Amino acid sequence: MTDELRKRIGDTIARGRVMLFMKGNPAMPQCGFSAAVVGILKQTGVPFDSYNILADPDLREGLKEYSSWPTYPQLYVDGKLIGGADIVRDLHAKGELQQILTSQS
Amino acid sequence: MTPDDIRTRIRAALPDADVSVRDTTGGGDHFDATVVSAAFVGKGPVERHRLVYAALGAAMSGPAAPIHALALTTATPEEYQRK
Repeated sequence: MTDELRKRIGDTIARGRVMLFMKGNPAMPQCGFSAAVVGILKQTGVPFDSYNILADPDLREGLKEYSSWPTYPQLYVDGKLIGGADIVRDLHAKGELQQILTSQS
Repeated sequence: MTPDDIRTRIRAALPDADVSVRDTTGGGDHFDATVVSAAFVGKGPVERHRLVYAALGAAMSGPAAPIHALALTTATPEEYQRK
């Protein structure tokens, strides 16, 4: 990965405190897993930003390497990877997601 | 890719793992897996998933990866017993 791409990925993750990298956008997700995470985030009521990786092939491949995580969606809070759809769903079911989304790091 | 291929790869990296895999669509590219291993003790969910993803390596990464989706549940043997 080039330094330029690495920096661009870091900057993109830092765009929002709660940042979702997904296929499509919240209004029109292009994948069931991305749609599931959008639905859960909306339920929490916590504002979030998103990035459509389908529109950015370089970032789409680069972020997988950057985060050692081969799939989308990927949810970040304060720059830290919280997980993909399985983990977000699990944290939500255990009632732990809200705290992760709202706690100050 | 078959559920057995996935199971074999995960067990190569996590020899103690109890692995069950289901092909959710019958198409050989969308799977559902539960992995129970002592290797997960003391690790958070992100680290646990990374261990499994690393075991699957090229089968999961890159545009031509045969696995398109893997719904993953991880547990330590103790957590699994409590379920």
